[in-house]
Amino acid sequence: MSARENILNAITMNQPEFIEIPVIDSSVVIQYDDVYAQFKTVLESIGGKTELITDITALKEQLTAEKENGSFVVNTISALGEVDEQVAFLSASELEKVEKAYIKGTIGVAENGAIWVYESQMINRLVPFICQHLVLVIEKKNIVNTLHQAYEKLDVSKEGFGTFIAGPSKTADIEQSLVIGAHGARSAMIYVIE
Amino acid sequence: MTVKHAALAEKFIADEPRTNWHDETLWFVREKRDKAAHGLPEWEQLREWGSQIKNATLSNLANYLKEFEAKATANGITVHWASDAKEHNEIVHKIIKKHGIQKIVKSKSMLTEECHLNEYLQHNGIEVVDTDLGERIVQFRKEPPSHIVLPAIHLKKEDVSATFHEHLQTQKGNNDPQYLTEAARQHLRNKFVESDLAITGVNFAIAETGGFVVCTNEGNADMGAHTAPVHIACMGFEKLIPKAEHLSVFLRLLARSATGQPITTYSSHFHKPRPNQEMHIVIVDNGRSKQLAREDFRNSLKCIRCAACFNTCPVYRRSGGHSYHTAVAGPIGSILNPNLDMKANADLPFASTLCGSCTNVCPVKINIHEQLWKWRQVIVSEGYVAGSKKISMKGMDFLFSNPKIYRLMGKMGRKSMQLFPFMVNNRFNIWFKQREMPTPPKESFRDWYLKNKKSQN
Repeated sequence: MSARENILNAITMNQPEFIEIPVIDSSVVIQYDDVYAQFKTVLESIGGKTELITDITALKEQLTAEKENGSFVVNTISALGEVDEQVAFLSASELEKVEKAYIKGTIGVAENGAIWVYESQMINRLVPFICQHLVLVIEKKNIVNTLHQAYEKLDVSKEGFGTFIAGPSKTADIEQSLVIGAHGARSAMIYVIE
Repeated sequence: MTVKHAALAEKFIADEPRTNWHDETLWFVREKRDKAAHGLPEWEQLREWGSQIKNATLSNLANYLKEFEAKATANGITVHWASDAKEHNEIVHKIIKKHGIQKIVKSKSMLTEECHLNEYLQHNGIEVVDTDLGERIVQFRKEPPSHIVLPAIHLKKEDVSATFHEHLQTQKGNNDPQYLTEAARQHLRNKFVESDLAITGVNFAIAETGGFVVCTNEGNADMGAHTAPVHIACMGFEKLIPKAEHLSVFLRLLARSATGQPITTYSSHFHKPRPNQEMHIVIVDNGRSKQLAREDFRNSLKCIRCAACFNTCPVYRRSGGHSYHTAVAGPIGSILNPNLDMKANADLPFASTLCGSCTNVCPVKINIHEQLWKWRQVIVSEGYVAGSKKISMKGMDFLFSNPKIYRLMGKMGRKSMQLFPFMVNNRFNIWFKQREMPTPPKESFRDWYLKNKKSQN
């Protein structure tokens, strides 16, 4: 018999009597009076920054200026102008030089400051992790209370990859001293569109 | 016989200031956990949901595994099954050989530690670079991790500085964590960019969708998995959960219980390989199906590896992870490891005060301290305790079942401690080690009670 059959047979024989999966009633979980205020407070406590903007075009100038400055900035948001589709084909050693990436997020979570990003929004899976500085853009109406509401809205298997990102990369592996910028982005700036 | 917990702990506590630092640092993490948990009024409900979902999963595990395999395969992931550590290591090795892979990066996976994958591959001339900062530090030092979430918690920054000076040529004596982390970032970015294969663990595997979730704060799992042309994710079969919506419960519990963070920086959901990438999942048994059969111990398989039980444990905090001589230390390790090798790990269920703090903080409500107590009984009945312990337990049994003799012995004990204190205050009495013996009371509680009851009447 193969390992697969052996394992599955052993489990079938040894597993306890069938128990129903509990119903998760998300109406009993915490609700914040102001989800944006909560989102901002939590995100800033974990090293991220947030700014409320009225219109995404406000970022357009900033992006254009950065590109004209000659720094390697990747834009994946069509509302900000030309999308850098070519990052889909860049190697890790090329992407390693990305200074900043602008990426649109789907949902923000007030309880933990996390933002869901689908693979199609990052174009290349590596971009939000390998860039030195990460800029995420979400709409205020897409900030939910907790992960329960987030998963109700998301279809995590719709695309090949998706991730929650909560602030910049960090570590406390040396004597529990918090250091921002372990392997991923050194900073995370989140623009929330009203 | 291997060196036991008590002997290894004695070595650890020889450095008193360091032991105190270790104790206080982990307690600080425990306090952060409390703060995060108390921030949610539904915390106890979340633990209950977490526990119930895991109970339900274990009760129908064979079907969930089949569902997961079918969905993952349809997603373009190759699923492998390994009965034990040896098979797991061979499967990984075979994939490496097939592609002629040289450069391997690995993010944190306690399963690969349990299977001793690095050593196995090293014997076959293959080098693996651990990419979690704490794991890289201990790998340079040729040590195992001492904690499943904080692998280098037994080290001080001076130790890390010396290690990095030797291996990464950092400035001698520069102990700044920021500087040292930056050096590791530069060193490991090169490793990521060159990698041919990324090995990761799995925090949760979803039966309904055939995908899996990997959580890190550093981003190292993602840096490897999205760069390398081949990704192997290794998981014990108990990592399964039925549905994607259940992730909300577990992701809310995991980081809060582990470090007091509201969530890890990255919670990445893998469902399909990217174009031209090969993605493998290795599902490992390695004793788990045997543990599933043990009614008293099966719910240890609900563990989500948050290490809250480590941080709260008065024994772990003062004896260090290496004293547990196994990949998974702490209270949870002490109920998992006797299943893997009862004889070699017979000491571990005794490395506890049975205070129950582990059970109180466990996010999936594993009755850890009760299982520790039950393992002690199994281990004694199987004959895996030292003769001296067996004899003294028999003696205690006799004493406690004979009240007259018990009272007589108590009287003699009190008298001799008053008259001849040197009889107990000497190095042959292990209770005298690191302790002052208490002043003996004049009378026993029973004598006092009888006397006072009378006077009240």
